[in-house]
Amino acid sequence: MATVAEDESPRRERQSDHEGFLAHKRMRWLKIALLASLVAILSYALVDVTPRHNGGSWYGYTLGTIGALLIVWLALLGIRKRKMTEGKWSLKAWTSAHVYLGLSLIVIATLHTGFQFGWNVHTLAYALMMLVILSGIYGIAVYATLPAQLSNNRREMTKGQMLDALDAIDRQLENAAQPLGRAESDLVIGALEQDPFAGGIGARLTGRYPDCRTVEALDAMAHLDGDAASGKVLSLLRKRKAQLDQIRRHMRIRAMLEVWLYIHVPVTIALIAALTAHIVSVFYYW
Amino acid sequence: MTSGQDRVQVAIVGSGPAGLSAAAHAAHLGMSHVLIEKTDHLSDTIFKYQKGKHVMATPSNLVLRSDLDFDAGSREEILGIWDRQIAEGKVNVRYNAEVTAITGDKGAYVIEVKGGAPIHAENVVLAIGTQGNPNLLRIPGAEMPHIQYQLDDPGEYFDEHITVIGSGDAGIENALGLAADPAQRNTVTILNRRNSFARAKGANVKLLEEAEADGRISVRRETSPQEVRPGELVLDTRDGEEVIRCDRIIARTGSKPPRDFVEAIGVQFASEERDAFPQLTPTFETTKNGVHVIGALAGYPLIKHCMNQGYDVIEFLNGNTDLKPADQPILEEKFAKLPDRYPVEHWLDVIGSNVAIFRELSPLQLRELLLDSTVEAFAPGEAVFIRNEPGSSMFAIAQGSVAVEVNPNDPSVTVPIEEGSIFGEVGLISGRRRGATIRAAEPLVVVELSRNAALKLIATVPSAGRVVNQISIERQLLQMFGSGLTREDVAALVQQAEVVDVRAGQKVIEEGAEDRDIYVIRRGSMIVEKDIGGKPVFLSYLPAGSYFGEMAVIDGSKRTATVKAAIKSEVVRFPGEAFNALLDAKPRLREKALEEMAGRREVTAFVEARKDSFGSAADMYSETAQFLVDNGIGEATDVLLIDETLCVGCDNCEKACADSHEGLSRLDREAGRTYAHLHVPTSCRHCEHPHCMADCPPNAIKRGPDGEVFIDDTCIGCGNCQRNCPYGVIRMDAVPPEKPGLLSWLLFGKGPGPGEASYSWRKEHSGEGQAKLAIKCDMCLGIDGGPACVRACPTGAAIRVAPEKFLSVTREGGLD
Ligand SMILES: Cc1cc2nc3c(=O)[nH]c(=O)nc-3n(C[C@H](O)[C@H](O)[C@H](O)COP(=O)(O)OP(=O)(O)OC[C@H]3O[C@@H](n4cnc5c(N)ncnc54)[C@H](O)[C@@H]3O)c2cc1C
Ligand code: HEM
Repeated sequence: MATVAEDESPRRERQSDHEGFLAHKRMRWLKIALLASLVAILSYALVDVTPRHNGGSWYGYTLGTIGALLIVWLALLGIRKRKMTEGKWSLKAWTSAHVYLGLSLIVIATLHTGFQFGWNVHTLAYALMMLVILSGIYGIAVYATLPAQLSNNRREMTKGQMLDALDAIDRQLENAAQPLGRAESDLVIGALEQDPFAGGIGARLTGRYPDCRTVEALDAMAHLDGDAASGKVLSLLRKRKAQLDQIRRHMRIRAMLEVWLYIHVPVTIALIAALTAHIVSVFYYW
Repeated sequence: MTSGQDRVQVAIVGSGPAGLSAAAHAAHLGMSHVLIEKTDHLSDTIFKYQKGKHVMATPSNLVLRSDLDFDAGSREEILGIWDRQIAEGKVNVRYNAEVTAITGDKGAYVIEVKGGAPIHAENVVLAIGTQGNPNLLRIPGAEMPHIQYQLDDPGEYFDEHITVIGSGDAGIENALGLAADPAQRNTVTILNRRNSFARAKGANVKLLEEAEADGRISVRRETSPQEVRPGELVLDTRDGEEVIRCDRIIARTGSKPPRDFVEAIGVQFASEERDAFPQLTPTFETTKNGVHVIGALAGYPLIKHCMNQGYDVIEFLNGNTDLKPADQPILEEKFAKLPDRYPVEHWLDVIGSNVAIFRELSPLQLRELLLDSTVEAFAPGEAVFIRNEPGSSMFAIAQGSVAVEVNPNDPSVTVPIEEGSIFGEVGLISGRRRGATIRAAEPLVVVELSRNAALKLIATVPSAGRVVNQISIERQLLQMFGSGLTREDVAALVQQAEVVDVRAGQKVIEEGAEDRDIYVIRRGSMIVEKDIGGKPVFLSYLPAGSYFGEMAVIDGSKRTATVKAAIKSEVVRFPGEAFNALLDAKPRLREKALEEMAGRREVTAFVEARKDSFGSAADMYSETAQFLVDNGIGEATDVLLIDETLCVGCDNCEKACADSHEGLSRLDREAGRTYAHLHVPTSCRHCEHPHCMADCPPNAIKRGPDGEVFIDDTCIGCGNCQRNCPYGVIRMDAVPPEKPGLLSWLLFGKGPGPGEASYSWRKEHSGEGQAKLAIKCDMCLGIDGGPACVRACPTGAAIRVAPEKFLSVTREGGLD
């Protein structure tokens, strides 16, 4: 029905492709990581190290060096993310490579050990690394599933707007509770005075707040629904409950998206310390 | 003195910077004068700036010529200096004197003053600015004292029933302010004649709705005031008449520009256009002898210009007609770059007489236009601009001629444009890229008019507007139908062309209709839809520069789809017969058109054939497209979208934005609308016709080399752009202090860390008197690598797309 104005413009790096980090460039980094792992496994099978594979052979050193460099590079993501230098890099590409190369460490580092484990700093470094990787796997699992839930729950509201809406309901509740009897208004006041988000990390991650006085007030007043004043308060309490639910869900999903970084990052630091000790001790006892 | 005892030589109306400076100079020269001011203080426009506002003194290369001092500083300092100097200079000021009419002729003007004796003067200088008067209520009781048209401090009213009339931002902001503090115990009502607050900003409406839900403000829709009574207001509601208690009325129903008042004096404006200015001679005299206009009313909104003109107009009145304007050195500098070192006057003469669209300009207007423009010389063969470069300026050929490379694949095919004509006007009108490369054909001197200067020219000089219009239609046709056509071929078509304004959502073509016109989109954009089983299915999006409607013209069929405006647009309509005549004359063109048509037929047939298998997928696609268009994407040239199935909410985009731009973020990720997990954050869309550019006193808002709309460092912080932006993406803030580096934060926890520092940190660490300027997304102009928000997104949720392309973003999981 029409002819579109052509515009094959040589723009700057403005247009961006619509591809998530896992699928970045048709999974380029997955392919590279798979290839690297395959090469490692094959060479492990083909190279003959006597008496048996271990970290101290030339082959072990090679894998160890690759692994250590990878770990350092993986850890640099924390800097890359925060250092807004100019240039053509994209954090998405970095994350994509980070995830797949990080996973390939499972193969590379394990083969590097030659399956020799013990109660020593070497195995400690290995264990820490696996911990970081495991938390990373959890991370991508939540990154893949939770954003959509977060978005649905938000219903176009920002967190600030949700809290404002709660404030608004609270002000109305305060007014509406004036005509209530002593017992009922105490219930309402109790609900209003409570910090509805207290309950620590457990409550945050589960979204369960067993001592929520809003729920208690609702239960205790449920039988009063007939009378006008309590009816209004009850409907406001229900609104409040719904608003609280939304905020708590929001906080829960956000917490689940973030909590793993509290393992991933500190253990990374521990890992780098252990890795340094591992390398120093290896060279020391050479 | 030759005049009668109580007749002054000059009466100056309005004590803004223009009027003040004029009065000060008149007093200095010993001319008998009076400065007439409506309010009880000097310079009301500046008086009304917010407290402590940092006033800018731009343009910095312009010298100040005034008996009053003026330099950048706080509002209070500047007003203080002027108050003192006006008193010291023995300027005769008459306060609380609103001029309601001016009658008489040169030498004997009578100036009527509201509630006072008239003033007699030989000459009048009008310096009343452009603020105008608020629209007054026109209902019984409207003269009562408890009605006010402005609200300075909402905090000073207690225990009152206050009704705000008006549904724009001013009204809503006033209502919110009055109800903000419950301790004031005001009962606030706001009236809206309509059902929705379409004229106000989304953010304001949201706040109002919240206040309504809380019971803090009573919002009365479809209600208008009918009669004011002491302590009461009679309302006309949907359900009939109603009386409410009302101790105070704040009417905010817009203001009326001073044009009618000025025209009533006998002064002619340059055109009927809304933004036209009075016609002036080089000595600021209007078409009414003895009446002069200076300052913002004359089209010069910057304080420095205003003050210089005040000085100049008095010099002229005093007989010094040789006075060169203060901008002479600036023009000299502009012309210094041109080959032969001719004086300014020579070039003004050459440009004014050679260029067709400048011929009707007065010397004053030409000077002004050139101040906003650049002049440049090119050697033969040198490119003035290259195809696909973004650019929104227009060029006029003062000397020489150019060659247009009409065929992108073969630069040797060119079409000439002669001396005196213009080029580049398509970019100006549609806000998009250059369609062809243009090179100098012989030694060339061109005037490059910025978009604003060109638009002002078109608005104020009707003949120039007509010429530009015709040329641009002609060129657009030539460009669209490709090479091989000449101006003569399309002349008939151009003759019959008609420019039509289309409202957003208005249908230009309706499916099934039998009309036979063909259209070209000049500005704005269109959506093509097809009715499938009673539901509109989105087919495609057409940006400016596309044409549509030719199918029916060529083969006489009914319209196969509906085309409607995505935003307020402008299309050019050509009668089908004229187009057919052109096709008959040019068989190659018909072939080409038929080919293209076949392609489009296929799409339509494809959609038609699969209509039964269309389920929610097609709906979803159409709805998503509609959502994007509703959110201003139809006028966007580049937009940031967030795919919420990928966004983990880390806000690294905001942090990156702040860290790439002096520490302030220009985007609010969380705010904004979302549909089908596609989120449009609060961030600049780089509109084709930016609303923010409309009213920028220093013309600081420009379009950059990649199409980005940005604010340069001449911003004066007036906040007009912030108010004009319908998407709420401009903020006013001071540049924060430097933060400690990333490493010292990582290792020692020094400073606020990456991203925008908290307000308290910024406040604590910054110096005094930082000006609050307008800031907005500039698409990371000049930053290698492109927009930081996109580069810094760890998951690929943040994407930037141009409207032609992003509809394919929604298509994923859609039709195919
Ligand atoms: C918020 C804001 C910030 C700005 N910041 C800057 C800045 O930093 N730097 C800068 O250069 N420019 C700035 N501007 C622009 C500048 O303030 C104005 O363009 C300038 O004041 C215009 O001067 P003027 O003398 O023409 O008219 P005005 O300053 O508008 O003065 C007109 C005067 O005439 C009086 N008047 C009107 N009608 C009548 C009547 N009928 N009878 C008697 N008196 C009448 C009014 O009361 C008023 O005092 C800003 C504008 C705004 C709105
Ligand atoms: C030894 C291996 C690894 C190390 C040392 C490491 C280290 C890090 C570090 C330092 C960060 C930066 C966190 C921040 O600053 O916010 C990070 C982020 C991340 N890591 Fe790892 N990581 C490793 C392996 C993995 C693996 C195997 C995965 C996935 C399977 C993974 C997934 C991620 C993800 C998704 C992020 C978050 C990106 C973001 O939100 O910005 N990591 N990692």
